[in-house]
Amino acid sequence: MEGPAAPSATLPLDDAAATALERALARWGREPVRLLQVLREVQEALGWLPPPALTAVSRALGVPLAQVRGVVAFYSFLHAEPRGEYRLLFSDDVPDRMAGSGQRLAEMCERLWLEPGKLSEDGLVSVERTPALGLCDQAPALLVNGRPVTRLTAARAGQVCELVLARVPLEAWPADLFEVEDHVRRRDVLLGDDTRPGEALDAAFARGDAAGLGPQSLLDEIKAARLLGRGGAGFTTGVKWESCSRQPVTPRVVVCNADEGEPGTFKDRLLLRRHFDLVVEGMTLAAWAIGATLGFVYLRGEYRWLLDSLEATLARRREAGLLGRSIRGRPGFDFDIEIHVGAGSYVCGEASALVESLEGKRGIPRNRPPRLAEVGYRGLPTIVNNVESYCAAALIARHGADWFKSRGTARSSGTKLLSVSGDCARPGIYEYPFGVAVREVLADCGGEGAIAVQAGGPSGACLGQDEFGRRVAFEDIETGGALVVFGPERDMFEVARHYAHFFAEESCGFCTPCRVGTSLLKTLVDKVAEGKGTPRDLAEIERLGGVLRTASHCGLGESAPRPLIDTLRRFRPAWERRLGSSSMEPSFDLDGALARARRMTGRDDEGAHLPP
Amino acid sequence: MSARPTFLLDGVEVPFDPGQSVMQAALAAGRHIPHLCYHPEFKPHGSCKVCTARVDGRMMTSCTVPAEMATEVESDTEELNDLRRTLVQMLFAEGNHFCPSCEQSGNCLLQALGYDLGVMTAGFRHLFPDRPVDASHPEILLDFNRCILCELCVRASREVDGKDVFALAGRGIEKHLVVNAESGRLGDTNAAAADKAMSVCPVGVILRKREGFHVPIGERRFDRSPVSDQASDFAPRKPEATRG
Repeated sequence: MEGPAAPSATLPLDDAAATALERALARWGREPVRLLQVLREVQEALGWLPPPALTAVSRALGVPLAQVRGVVAFYSFLHAEPRGEYRLLFSDDVPDRMAGSGQRLAEMCERLWLEPGKLSEDGLVSVERTPALGLCDQAPALLVNGRPVTRLTAARAGQVCELVLARVPLEAWPADLFEVEDHVRRRDVLLGDDTRPGEALDAAFARGDAAGLGPQSLLDEIKAARLLGRGGAGFTTGVKWESCSRQPVTPRVVVCNADEGEPGTFKDRLLLRRHFDLVVEGMTLAAWAIGATLGFVYLRGEYRWLLDSLEATLARRREAGLLGRSIRGRPGFDFDIEIHVGAGSYVCGEASALVESLEGKRGIPRNRPPRLAEVGYRGLPTIVNNVESYCAAALIARHGADWFKSRGTARSSGTKLLSVSGDCARPGIYEYPFGVAVREVLADCGGEGAIAVQAGGPSGACLGQDEFGRRVAFEDIETGGALVVFGPERDMFEVARHYAHFFAEESCGFCTPCRVGTSLLKTLVDKVAEGKGTPRDLAEIERLGGVLRTASHCGLGESAPRPLIDTLRRFRPAWERRLGSSSMEPSFDLDGALARARRMTGRDDEGAHLPP
Repeated sequence: MSARPTFLLDGVEVPFDPGQSVMQAALAAGRHIPHLCYHPEFKPHGSCKVCTARVDGRMMTSCTVPAEMATEVESDTEELNDLRRTLVQMLFAEGNHFCPSCEQSGNCLLQALGYDLGVMTAGFRHLFPDRPVDASHPEILLDFNRCILCELCVRASREVDGKDVFALAGRGIEKHLVVNAESGRLGDTNAAAADKAMSVCPVGVILRKREGFHVPIGERRFDRSPVSDQASDFAPRKPEATRG
């Protein structure tokens, strides 16, 4: 019967939202651990997550609404407020800035008549920034509704604006806008690999059968190869795998960390795009070694544009009997892989935060003990390894430990992919045996005039010229592989300030020192940038840095002060020339505090200001 | 007496039961280790970091380190108390903690710890959060500006009350407590004053209406004796379902 609608506690779900939700639930199921994937897919259909959709998701998955909202507010790619039909997401990494992303952003906002972070009045377009898109070798870059546009010259930026204003659907945009270069500059065993799908598995089976040891033979081989994790922390892969394989609980889980979030890094982009068969082969080998049946690739949201090709590879391997039941005809060897897409959170690159995120929760690093190898995804024994580590494991399975160890140094066997960007003639991906000196990389990439190199992203080391003889190896510079090159005209203070903002933005907020400390550090650096800093502020940055290093819950908080401390030590003049004249400068602007009173009284004469 | 295993806390032997953390064992033995997010009835959380101690040379949170893993623990040292002072100052700067006008004064663990550690000022520029208070519930008032994000109310509501009244949202310095209702208001939830969640707040976020200053300031828990003298009161115990 028609009549006045009864007051309802719930806002109605419109048809588009209902359809989107049904589709997401059909694909992912109704378990709470699917929350993040369901939210992400609903948003892909609607552009944002309207309140009724959140309520409906909460009911469908049985997750309290407050928790759903908590998750939405944690991931920067999930939006509880409307976004434009066209969503432009600028990469705000240091190499992007060096290549003029700030200028492009300003031009485009002016042309599109909007402010960054705000929706245009007609709802057509929104423009935002994100820390790093993994496209530093072709900066400046942005994503349009998830699709990358690189090498953003003024002309290309203008072209994007015209297409947006003319409401041209993305499918009809010129293909050259979306071209992403591989930029492979130096190949060694990994990038020169020609392993056919299944070949490394067959080699591992043969070795195991010959020795009568089964999967243990692969564990032994990985240990003998002394493979260390390629994500940067350098944990011994074989030890991790073996400890997981010894757990009484099953099923066990193999996770590939494809959340390549460290600013300046983009080598996994290449591996996922061109060598994904090898990655999956490595994961499948790991599954055999530890007796796992469940596999996940945690793909960073910024790499959503790679998803279709990754899914296609998985489908192909299933058809070829390389995934699924009785892999390669071995009864009982069942393993399959699901791809989870992240939603914009740097801390999720930390293994236990990544597992929390896989479980559909906010990405908060866990307390240890227990380790993930004991209690991981949904309480199951779990290994998490970097994309490159799985490739290396596949190479070891195929060629053996001795072959693998023949490259690299005593403690760091094999090769390392380096993502090189910044002030150099040939940015891109370089594969070297471990032990290569920074100076050699600089010579190869055309960055000889560099004054500094940030090795391993903001959580790595900032190296000055006198340290270019240092080597990329676990004995010396541990790095996930990012090398950002800085030429003589660069201001290392601004680089450090940028990273201070990055860490404050990306802190998960779990522990006190990182949550509050990263914000305090940001405030102090900004004070120095405004010319109001004092020597005491620099000392305070160093003291706070010590607190974060000592007391933080995870690597993010421990690393956060590093760019500040490193540049204070190596590029102190860049800091000191910004200091105020006196030894005590107030951290607030007394005259600025009167601005509101001036507005209220309509005065702006000399008497309404404090004397300078 | 069977010989229980022990570890050394600041040079003195502390016995422990298997499964206990360093913190639990210390408190059960009447030895105080400063803490905020720890609660005797809940699983350790490890977020405030105030209980950071040197465990066999490594800095770790004593609430999460299993006692079995510890041989020598340093806690009451100048270095560690300096660190704790800074962490407490960070919390004072992060929220709006105006002790003289706060109903929780004297019962507040943050304030008590501040006194205990000799914190004289916040030490940092205040962030002055501006979060609306929630007075929608007939019996409970929420002042989110005092939240130290210990998650005790979140945990209590989920684990003891089975209600999920609270959750955390956002990240970094924007992280904040939210209430499980479409309106976001406590009055629209099934929260009750007798819930465990309503009695675990170590600071002054969750306040009972019409009980203000029932006990005069000066006669409250931490007015009578410093928190460091009350270690045994924090010894681990089974959760009590509701307030008696």
